[in-house]
Amino acid sequence: MSTLNMDAVGALPNPSLPPRRTRKSFVQLLFGDLVSACLTVAVGALLLSMVPVLNWAVFDAIWTTNDPAACSQGGACWAFIVAKFRFIIFGTYPPDEQWRPLLVMGIILAMILGSLSPRLWGARLIYLWVFAVVVMLVLMAGGVFGLEPVSTSKWGGLPITLLLALLSLGLGFPFAIFLALGRRSNLPIARMLSVLTIELVRGLPLVGLLFVASILLPLLLPAGWSIDKLGRTLAALTIFAAAYLAEVIRGGLQGVPSGQVEAAKALGIPGWKAVAHIVLPQALQKVIPPLTNTAIVMVKNTSLVLIVGVFDMLSASRVAATDPMWPAPFVESYVFVALIYFVICFGISHYARWLESRVQARSYR
Amino acid sequence: MIDQRSQAIEIEALDKWYGHFQVLRNIDLNVTQGERIVVCGPSGSGKSTLIRCVNRLEEHQRGSIRVNGIVLNDSVKNLDAIRREVGMVFQHFNLFPHLTVKENCALPQILSRQKKRADAEALAMHFLEKVRIPEQADKYPGQLSGGQQQRVAIARALCMTPKIMLFDEPTSALDPEMVKEVLDTMVALAEEGMTMIVVTHEMGFARKVADRVVFMEAGEIVEANDPETFFNAPDSARTRNFLSNIMH
Repeated sequence: MSTLNMDAVGALPNPSLPPRRTRKSFVQLLFGDLVSACLTVAVGALLLSMVPVLNWAVFDAIWTTNDPAACSQGGACWAFIVAKFRFIIFGTYPPDEQWRPLLVMGIILAMILGSLSPRLWGARLIYLWVFAVVVMLVLMAGGVFGLEPVSTSKWGGLPITLLLALLSLGLGFPFAIFLALGRRSNLPIARMLSVLTIELVRGLPLVGLLFVASILLPLLLPAGWSIDKLGRTLAALTIFAAAYLAEVIRGGLQGVPSGQVEAAKALGIPGWKAVAHIVLPQALQKVIPPLTNTAIVMVKNTSLVLIVGVFDMLSASRVAATDPMWPAPFVESYVFVALIYFVICFGISHYARWLESRVQARSYR
Repeated sequence: MIDQRSQAIEIEALDKWYGHFQVLRNIDLNVTQGERIVVCGPSGSGKSTLIRCVNRLEEHQRGSIRVNGIVLNDSVKNLDAIRREVGMVFQHFNLFPHLTVKENCALPQILSRQKKRADAEALAMHFLEKVRIPEQADKYPGQLSGGQQQRVAIARALCMTPKIMLFDEPTSALDPEMVKEVLDTMVALAEEGMTMIVVTHEMGFARKVADRVVFMEAGEIVEANDPETFFNAPDSARTRNFLSNIMH
């Protein structure tokens, strides 16, 4: 070390660093070769064609007005969204009681934020969720603690969308785990029942399943029995989610090497504990991307409940746009609702990416 | 003298088939407590299957196995009792990749022995120190080298305080420079008097540690001898042939 001539070493490129990458200039990047040039021109043309859309959405748009007639100018009528905001978000829920669904959404947001970190996952969190769901349903329905009763037929808007998505996924998930385990089980009856359920539900379109739940089910139930329409809709969504989640989870189970189960056996870990603590966690980690996909699809599937007359956010926005006072601002209300769906789904996919990066970080040296 | 010690494993007339293919033929093998057995033989000779039968990762069809006097049969109670006595180390480690090294050693104690977490973790650290990697306790298996992973697997098995350890080609999946650290750990274990059956191709280890070397071929035990006789003057021509193939 001490015999080295530091000046001479300094003059040489440092051999322990990778050779420096040469940066392309901006023009080179855009027009460096034929393909880049073509792409640049195409993207430019596309951007230019967006100008009218931008004009409609921003520059010619009416943002605030109390006079619906002012909205016939050709620009977007965002004033309509402002005026109908409460109706689109809360549907036909009694206006004086709308603090209740607002509180429900607050609880949902707080619970989701509080459940993000896998460190907190465990039995306690599940109990907390069960408690939160009960509180939310009581808040929505009323009839106790001096809350005015509100029938489920009046529930509507975003809280319904959120509750249906959350509950169908949350209730469908444990059900899906049993179906997936059942399908891989050595017990013929469990396997047959699982295969039958999964294939039957996956073979039906969701719309068909919703019709079965809302029209056929009441006819099949014995006289005097009735399940609320919202409850039936939730049941249909739950079993639909369960069938799809089950197949995703089964894929994950197949990806867990047999050596894991052998090690658990050799260590004397009882079978069901080995499944819960060794096999399932690994299986679920392997299928985070398709699980995310199913979750996002289910959030958007809740919008199909409008065909059986459940008043979700999309239904509310359609009804709002039919108000004869306003010049049929369907596009505006759809854009607004789409934006809300996008925020929810984008949030889910971002969260999933973060979860995945956590898992991957464990396998790097 | 050996006869006076009690038997750890008694295998009698063991036969096993995979479908129509017979992998084990009439195996007789007794292991006394504290004895170190090395099993060798060409691949496909049934050596792994044999030790996997001892804790019923594989089911045998004929013959009998007793572990510390407990008969291995369809009784779940007996199987649980046997798995309490027997620890196993696998060729591919089979560590739980979603758990840290410490959790790998602690969780099985909690799940199968209902231990308190603090006690389980204390024992985990004790054995991780013994295999000389306590500093890796909070890493995940995927972040360790093969040799380190295999030492964790040994510590994990020891945490269940077994009386017998089975090693299924513990160094075969390792890079050459990591074989020694794992063998050293196994030698230390042998010196403490652990009853061991080791399936391995490491003949140096067999010479140094084994009380008996068992040579298997085509599902049969061809020869079982002390290492001195086995390596220098084997009884069987098939053993001689095998040894000449692996000793370069």
